[in-house]
Order: sequence, then structure tokens, then C-alpha cells
Amino acid sequence: MVENRHLQAGLSDEQVLEMYRIMLLARRVDERMWLLNRSGKIPFVVSCQGQEAAQVGAAFALNRENDYVLPYYRDLGVVLAFGMTARDLMLSSFAKAEDPNSGGRQMPGHFGQKKNRIVTGSSPVTTQVPHAVGIALAAKMEGKDIVSFVTFGEGSSNQGDFHEGANFAGVHKLPVILMCENNQYAISVPIEKQLACGKVSDRAIGYGMPGVTVDGNDPIEVYRVVKEAAERGRRGEGPSLIETVSYRLTPHSSDDDDSQYRSPDEVSEAKKIDPIITFGAYLKAMGIMDDQMEKKLNEEIMEVVNEATDYAENAPFANEDTLSKYVYAER
Amino acid sequence: MAVISYIDAVIMAMREEMERDSRVFVLGEDVGIKGGVFKATSGLYEQFGEQRVIDTPLAESAIAGVGIGAAMYGMRPIAEMQFADFIMPAINQIISEAAKIRYRSNNDWHCPIVIRAPYGGGVHGALYHSQSVEAIFANQPGLKIVMPSTPYDVKGLLKAAIRDDDPVLFFEHKRAYRLIKEEVPDDDYVLPIGKADVKREGEDVTVITYGLCVHFALQAAERLASDGVSVHILDLRTVYPLDQEAIMEAASKTGKVLLITEDNKEGSIISEVSAIIAENCLFDLDAPIMRLAGPDVPAMPYSPSLEKSFMVNPEKVEKALRDLVAY
Repeated sequence: MVENRHLQAGLSDEQVLEMYRIMLLARRVDERMWLLNRSGKIPFVVSCQGQEAAQVGAAFALNRENDYVLPYYRDLGVVLAFGMTARDLMLSSFAKAEDPNSGGRQMPGHFGQKKNRIVTGSSPVTTQVPHAVGIALAAKMEGKDIVSFVTFGEGSSNQGDFHEGANFAGVHKLPVILMCENNQYAISVPIEKQLACGKVSDRAIGYGMPGVTVDGNDPIEVYRVVKEAAERGRRGEGPSLIETVSYRLTPHSSDDDDSQYRSPDEVSEAKKIDPIITFGAYLKAMGIMDDQMEKKLNEEIMEVVNEATDYAENAPFANEDTLSKYVYAER
Repeated sequence: MAVISYIDAVIMAMREEMERDSRVFVLGEDVGIKGGVFKATSGLYEQFGEQRVIDTPLAESAIAGVGIGAAMYGMRPIAEMQFADFIMPAINQIISEAAKIRYRSNNDWHCPIVIRAPYGGGVHGALYHSQSVEAIFANQPGLKIVMPSTPYDVKGLLKAAIRDDDPVLFFEHKRAYRLIKEEVPDDDYVLPIGKADVKREGEDVTVITYGLCVHFALQAAERLASDGVSVHILDLRTVYPLDQEAIMEAASKTGKVLLITEDNKEGSIISEVSAIIAENCLFDLDAPIMRLAGPDVPAMPYSPSLEKSFMVNPEKVEKALRDLVAY
């Protein structure tokens, strides 16, 4: 008998089903990008696979009408939950003019969409942590009930900007949620060569904030701790550090060969606890989803992904004469 | 209209903008109760409180990065780097982030931050309290770099920088802070970023420079005037992007050009000014372009003899001008 955990966490049946739908959409969009890359249609992919549960679980714990998110490059699940569409993501993958992230200027995975409060990001890692702190500071100055949510990898938790940003947020008791998506590899370098402490969350104490480590394959558990952190922030008690532990199921990117540094067995083991599978099984055990619903959901998602792919593939590139636009404000 | 110092103009500009717009706030090290190590934020903490004059932890990347986040949200932060020399830990935030936010988001986001920093030598500041750092940022489209020479320009340009919708680096010459005084209007005015200013009209030889060196040039010009030599002085005011039209006009006017910076010579702002003149004004020149700059050593030493040897001064400018006139 599987215990009903989502009701305990304050999530309805409809909400967990919607979480699963977005996780699956993220996975299917990601898989499509790999196919497009391997068939020579798009130059680059950087994946969310294996981290969808952490991303979507966290996003659902936030106020998706008000809060700000500063995603890192794997956060397909976060941005989809915050209102970006499969079509938007495909437009970015094909580097088309209509891409809302950057008009095709940035590589895929460099998210940004002001209308959904998804803050523009870059490639140098962890620069977004101080930005999240600045947004929380500004919102606090204006008396707005806003939490800023920022993610990064475990390798990135070594960057100065993580430490400088975390400390600033701690000193000023700002409503920031720092979530480290620990997928156990920074490209080829495993966690034991990245951290001298046992867990990324151990670093929280240095900045006067609580730090927790949770199973990143369990969206309900991630939801629970992010919800708690958000409430803490809204009460004026300051930032929190959350570490979600999962496994990167793909190579670092489409330009990486992970067989050079990890065994196929290790990857196969991780695939047995793939959150798409385990969360699907949970929903079935709860009677929220059956085989027929699952099939229908998959079909609907494939239709969305196909439509997005076709639309983006046929959309125009930016006109060459736009190269010099938007260096500075234009009047 | 009162006579005020360069640093008073800095304070006045920030105070007026903070009174005008509640989104304007100051953050940096020691900017609060102490009023800044140079007193450039003096009185602001008392007037606006600790919510808008924020003493930050000692971490420059966070000072810039937190400011950038607040700017993207819609505020108008003024971040202070205690010395320009200490801006280095924030370079990733300034160049990878602030400079590129508008461009990389295809105009969806923008970053209206001002980063102020005192720069420059001649104050016994040694290697790490004397540097000119503008050249590091002067090939980064998306940034604007303002380096005023006078209190009047400080006030008008700092107010313009705060109202600007893009990131502006505002470098203040620390030796000018209390040395340079002039009449500055009490009323609200702004000066255009990106426009150079003729500080002295002349016919025989042109000086193009910025910052404290403008005053060295003015002093040298006075000495030459008594010998009947008329010096034209163009103050760049904004060193990036450069006011190309004003540079070409000033160079062509006399056909003899002396370019001055107290930064290291190679790869400096005046190297680019020289290239603009060479590209556009070759046939208007009556002499090779001459440059007077700091030597290509890492930074200004502490020892008075070495510091003096590094720094530009009115005597060096006068000699260079006399050589150029005689060419």
C-alpha cells in the first residue's frame, strides 16, 4: 500500500497530475531536441533529463503569478511551469527571430521572458545568484510580497557569486530561495572533486540560513521544502538553501561524451529511478492516472511537441540588419 | 549658484535624484553611516535611511550583481566601488551581465544601473589605490563610461547616468574630489552622455583628454598663451562610446593633436581616439598624432619619486605641446 503523500503536502490530485504533465512535457521537448541535434537540424542541446521532478516540484511551490525565477540552463521544467511554451523552447532551439528568450541570439537553455518573470541568464555560471538577491531586495524595498527563486548546479556552488549572493541575502534577511540541483556531475567532474563538505546544503550555515538536502527525484518532497522556504521568506525570516539530489541522465550537452568519465552501468542504475517513471507509478498507485490516461497524455504532449517543432523549423531567422539592434535603449 | 567641489557635486547629484525618484538607492561598502571613505555619500544615510543607503558586505561582485538584479526589477541602483582598483572581482557581473542584458534578451530586459568608483593617481595611493581602469571596459558595447573633469559636468552627467536606461560606469578622479571647485547651479539639469565638450577654444594645437588631465592641459595652455600659442582643448567626458564627431572636428581644427591620459599608454582610451583621427582626418593633420600617457608598467608605485615619474602633470603637458607646436 503506497502512502498518499501529496495530500499531506497540500497538493490536490489535479495539481499532482498537472505536475506530471509538465514533467513529461519537459522530457519530451528535451528528447525531441536531441533528435533534432543528431539529425543536424539544431546545433546544440543542454538537457533537463533526470531533473524534471525537482524543477516542477519547486515551481509549484511558488506563486507562479508573482514570484521571480532565475533558472539555470537545465531548467526546462521551471520555465514550462512558469508559462513558457513548447513552441517558445523550440523557437529558441532553432535560434529563430520569434524566440522570446533572446530572438535567437543566445544558445538554448539561456532562458528569459519578462512577462513570466523568468529573468534573463548568461553562460558564466552562478552570476544569477546575486541577481536573485537584488530582485528580492528591490521587492522588499517596495513592500511587495515576492520571493525570488534561483537555481544552479553543485559545481556552481563553488563560484564566488554563490557565496557572495548567499551571504548578502542572509545578512539582509531577503526572501530568496537558493536551490542547488545536484546532478552529481559538473560536466565530467564528480561531486567528490567539487566539494570538501558532505553536502551542498552544509554551506548554508555559513550564511545564517537553513540548508536542507532532499531527494530530487521526488517532486512532492521538493514541493514541500520549497513551500516551507517560500513561506519563511514571505514571513521576513530570510533566505533558504535547498539541495535536490538527482542524476544527470544525459551527457552534459550535445557536445559531450559521458562514456569517457562514467560507466554505462551507473547511468542504467539511475534510469531505474527516473522521476518520470517513479512519479508516474505513484500517480497510478494513487488511482489518479491509469494506463489509458497515460497514453492519452503522451499523445497530447507529442502533438504539442510536433506542432512546436514544425512551427519553429519553419519560422524565419532574425534579419541580418537586426545585428546592431538593442545594444542600448532605442528611442 | 554656489561654488562647490567635485565631490560635493557627486553628493548633490545623488541627493537630487533620490529626492526626485524613490527607485534610486545607493549600495556599497561604508556608504551608510560613515558616508563613504571619501565622503561621497555624506548625509544621504541621514536623509534617506538605511533602506536606501545600504552598507553591503565587503564583496564587490555582490555589490554589482545585487544592483544588477534590482535594476532588472525596475529600481535605479547606484553601486559604489570603494576604489576603481577593487572593481576587478565585479568584472564578470559588469561585462558578462550588465553590458549584455538588453542585447541578449532582445530588448526584453534592461539594466539601468550606475556603478561609481574613484580612480586615478597622485594621492600616494600606490599600485592599488591609483589605477585608471576604463580601458578594461572600453570595448564592451552595452556599457557607457563617463569620466567628468569638473563639478558642473559631474552633477549634470551623474544625474543623466542615473536616469539612463542602460548601465553606466561613472569614474570620479579622486584627486579632483577636493581640488577642483567651480560654480554649480542649484537647479535640476542634465548633460548628455556621449558628448564631448570644448573646455578651451584655440587655433594652433589641439589637446584631447579627460578627467584630471583636462586641468593639467588648461594650466599648460595658459602658459603657452603667454607665448602666443593658442591651445584648443576637448574634454571627452564620455570615454565609451566616444564622441567621434567632436574628436574629428577638434583634430581637424588645428591639424596638430596631443592626446593625454594618465592610464598606461598601450591599449588606452587615447589609442582609440588616435585610431579615429587616423582613419578620418589623415589629410587634415600637420604633424603625427602625439600621445602623452602613463608608462607601460603595471601600476603607480608608492614612492613619491616613482609616483611623480608615472603621473602626467602640467609641465609634461607643456613640454609635449611645445614639441608638437615646433614640429
